[in-house]
Amino acid sequence: MVDAVIGKSGIGTRQNSLDVVFRAATFFFAILVLVILFGIVVALIDGALPALKQFGWAFIVDSSWDPVKQIFGAFPAIYGTLITSFIAMLIGIPLAFGIAIFITELCPPWLKRPIGTLIELLAAIPSIIYGIWGLFVFAPMLQTYVQPFLSDTLGEVPLIGFLFQGPPLGVGMLTAGIILSIMVLPFITSVMRDVFETVPTVLKESAYGIGATTFEVVWNIVLPYTRTGVIGGIMLGLGRALGETMAVTFVIGNAHQFMTSLLAPGTTISATLANEFSEADTPMYLSVMFALGLILSVITLLVLAAAKFMLIRMERQGGT
Amino acid sequence: MSPYARRRLVNTTVLTLSFAATAIGLIWLAAILWTLLQNGITAIDFDFFTQDTPGSGGDGGGLRNAIFGSLIMTALGTVVGAPIGILAGTFLAEFGRGNPLAPAVRFINDILLSAPSIIVGVFVYEAMVLRMGHYSAWAGSVALAIIVIPVVIRTTENMLNLVPGSLREAAYALGTPKWQVIVFITYRAAMQGMLTGVLLAVARVAGETAPLLFTVVNNQFWQGVAMDAQMANLPVVIFQFAMSPDHNWQRLAWGGALIITFAILILNISARLLANLRGFSK
Repeated sequence: MVDAVIGKSGIGTRQNSLDVVFRAATFFFAILVLVILFGIVVALIDGALPALKQFGWAFIVDSSWDPVKQIFGAFPAIYGTLITSFIAMLIGIPLAFGIAIFITELCPPWLKRPIGTLIELLAAIPSIIYGIWGLFVFAPMLQTYVQPFLSDTLGEVPLIGFLFQGPPLGVGMLTAGIILSIMVLPFITSVMRDVFETVPTVLKESAYGIGATTFEVVWNIVLPYTRTGVIGGIMLGLGRALGETMAVTFVIGNAHQFMTSLLAPGTTISATLANEFSEADTPMYLSVMFALGLILSVITLLVLAAAKFMLIRMERQGGT
Repeated sequence: MSPYARRRLVNTTVLTLSFAATAIGLIWLAAILWTLLQNGITAIDFDFFTQDTPGSGGDGGGLRNAIFGSLIMTALGTVVGAPIGILAGTFLAEFGRGNPLAPAVRFINDILLSAPSIIVGVFVYEAMVLRMGHYSAWAGSVALAIIVIPVVIRTTENMLNLVPGSLREAAYALGTPKWQVIVFITYRAAMQGMLTGVLLAVARVAGETAPLLFTVVNNQFWQGVAMDAQMANLPVVIFQFAMSPDHNWQRLAWGGALIITFAILILNISARLLANLRGFSK
């Protein structure tokens, strides 16, 4: 009898301590997420310090790149990163918007799911596949059909002509930008689709009721209602585009030079890292690689944090 | 043109364009898959799975060592990353309420989820490769695990939140300790969803190239499970072979690209089917 009681309370305390252990384990691994991000930032700063001390702020605006003389400037890589992402957004946002309208407003209900899934599968295809496809299929196509046309027409236009001049090489910043636009498409589309679905039917029906067309409903009702979420989705796509590595490495041409023409080869921060990290044979060269990684992280983390912030705000708004 | 006709015209134009945008997205997907089939299918034969990567200028050869290396590192990355992700996700869903750290973890996790994978490679290089003094399959697996964790955390939290509270309350009412409620009731109810998350994470890391480039690099030869050395792996082999002028290498790169893409698509689609299955059973 006594034994049984003691036994019972023994089980009770054991269960209590197991509870504590379980809770502590989940807490530990949750904290690990913070530790990982913190570790990444510290590792990058630590590795980048020698380069930052050596070159200072000039590192960001300098265009020289000479591993033999140990002179490095990040400007062409930063410029390439921003320009390719800008092109990606220029093409990707309207496409994603169009697809989101199609899925939420036009598509028959039984087709919604298959089409949504197929678009999302674009995100499942590995980056390296976009690269190999871009290099062997898309770049030659651009080189033969599109780029000569661009430099003959837009290249002759004053003011913007300089963007489209030069020989058609196939690879280059424009090619990278277009490939990126397809890669970010599924991310932007799925956010837009989700937030479009949150618009109360009553709002839309009221607009239809006073005779608005589908486009007017989307433009005047859906878009204003979901503005924060849409911007969040766009920023999410931008964050992806800025850090995308392998696809860009294949098709950008990998040239450390600052060229104004979009048809010219260039490089991005991520492509430079992919190509040169394992070749960085001096401490300074390696430190420059870390500095590039640090700059990329700062840019993408800020963009992604802004995206997340907007989406959280959207979620709260949807909840009320 | 009357205002009414103009509005009609604008509407038709925009809707046509949105249809065109959808068509562009779908055609692009089809074009990539078609090119892969066209170029890759001829590379796949018996040798492809039984021989190791050939030297430059050679003939024949296969990707046995690369396929094996990718399987090992993806498996190890998942085995390490998934339990961490599941436990951390459990914290957010079950213990997080009222804990000021929970929103911070959630926020940081969503950022890590979209952070450039090459940065993870740089981090693991500094944290492991520099310290160990050489590239290794361990470092590659750790890099992949770091990418698995945020994916699994996100899906685990979402799936646990879908489990009805009444189920938990019923178990508590019987005097079940909290850890047993979570492990035997909540996990069980959310099992399919959590498995979906793990499958999606596997699909995500199986094709990752950037974090492997300077952690495991590559290896031309069969090394078995020598984890402390450079190891062959599909993504890096595809990268190096595709970028080279060697035709035999390019042929193998297309073959590798084909099998890795279809493996990932199959994983991805089965994960989605699994998630749907849950939807029907509810």
